Amino acid sequence: MVSRVDVPKGGFNFDNYQRNLILQEKGFSLPKPTKTGTTIVGTKFKNGVVLGADTRATGDTTVMDKNCFKIHYLAPNIYGCGAGTAADTDKITKMVASQLELHRLATGRESRVATALTALTQFLFRYQGHLGAALVLGGVDVDGPHLFSVSPHGSTDKLPYLCQGSGSLAAISIFESQWRENMERDEAIELVKEAIKAGIFNDMGSGSSVDVAVIEKGRAEVCRGMEVPYPTIQKVDSYKFKPGTTAILSESFRNFVTITEGDAMDIS
Amino acid sequence: MEVGLKPGEISLGTTLIAVAFDGGVVVGADSRTSMGGSYTVNRVTDKLTYVSDRIYCCRSGSAADTQAVASIVTYYLQLYAIQHEEEPPVRVAASLFQELCYKNKDALSAGIICAGWDKHDGGSVFGIPMGGSMHKLPYATAGSGSTYIYGYCDTSFRQNMTKEETIEFVKTGVALAIGRDGSSGGCIRLAVITKDGVQRHFIPGDQVPALGVI
Repeated sequence: MVSRVDVPKGGFNFDNYQRNLILQEKGFSLPKPTKTGTTIVGTKFKNGVVLGADTRATGDTTVMDKNCFKIHYLAPNIYGCGAGTAADTDKITKMVASQLELHRLATGRESRVATALTALTQFLFRYQGHLGAALVLGGVDVDGPHLFSVSPHGSTDKLPYLCQGSGSLAAISIFESQWRENMERDEAIELVKEAIKAGIFNDMGSGSSVDVAVIEKGRAEVCRGMEVPYPTIQKVDSYKFKPGTTAILSESFRNFVTITEGDAMDIS
Repeated sequence: MEVGLKPGEISLGTTLIAVAFDGGVVVGADSRTSMGGSYTVNRVTDKLTYVSDRIYCCRSGSAADTQAVASIVTYYLQLYAIQHEEEPPVRVAASLFQELCYKNKDALSAGIICAGWDKHDGGSVFGIPMGGSMHKLPYATAGSGSTYIYGYCDTSFRQNMTKEETIEFVKTGVALAIGRDGSSGGCIRLAVITKDGVQRHFIPGDQVPALGVI
């Protein structure tokens, strides 16, 4: 007897697409995917790239995650900030990271930013904009530092400084007024922090804290919560009941263990 | 059914001009990339895209579609160069653009000008508008800004212009379109393609000639 083998399928599943359309026609509204109303930025500096992101994830107007991580790993020398549908940015960055790792093992060479860019672009173009993933891609390879943006439809832009997401309008104003060519590392980090804060303060879809990634030749540093503009305030009162709040009416102890040798364990 | 731009798609509301002269071509474009007709995504875009050493294409329509088509054509032309052991002619590049744009006309919004120099025809210009037809022309314009400069082109274009005259014709054309078309703007980018190679020119926004009464 031939037994059927189900080979697990990779990639995206559109099995419910047709069913959902029928349900929608009959008046059932679909659940909204979690969108990262976002501020993400990137800038080049003297010998590297700095990427920045806020940490708020929203579903409609509700904050779904107050400290999510939007700077995705692609390779040891390449990172990408994601805006748009959280599920899509997570999935495609993981898939491209996997492709790049296999490519490194096959070739024995450091990944190039252009390779990551091509993989992301061709993938997004194939899905004709149905994957809501907008990215700021940065890294340093044999050709030096690179910075690109990728749109959900698969178009790319190459610029010395970039912003994406709902907070990009606030963030770009910081770059347009303060950006300079050949900045030092610390200046670049400071500018990225200011741009993300502009998004956090002025855009409703962005909030919480600032994450930063600095990529230089042979070194990448990811700093989670580099700045927290709204630190958690210590509450005046605690919700915990103090010992003794409830009156003890009676006490009774029973010994389940009889000590036959030595002393009892000190349990005070 | 032909599609326009999809929701949220980034577009090249554009002004493109390509003109052939004796010994080569001049291609020119503005540098604005916009989203939803109100936000400039990139103000220094390069819409003049390399496809082979002496052939460039000018892109208008969807940024994603035209970038994808241009990179596929670049790939085919690399194969051509290896198999034939010579640089591909401009008409071959233009035919590839036409083939891709016609066969996928339902899925693409791409208006392309393909221009360059080859040893058979010298400088030549091909217009491949949306729908996927191909037109060999002495000069071609495309993009939203081109509608504002038909009159200028009809009255100012002359056969047998020199290289310098052609550059001036293209520069003025793009400047006039930038002045009237909201979707075009930023800087002017030019490429002069001759048998000696490609020469790029960049005119920053504050040096774009302001023409007419402001």
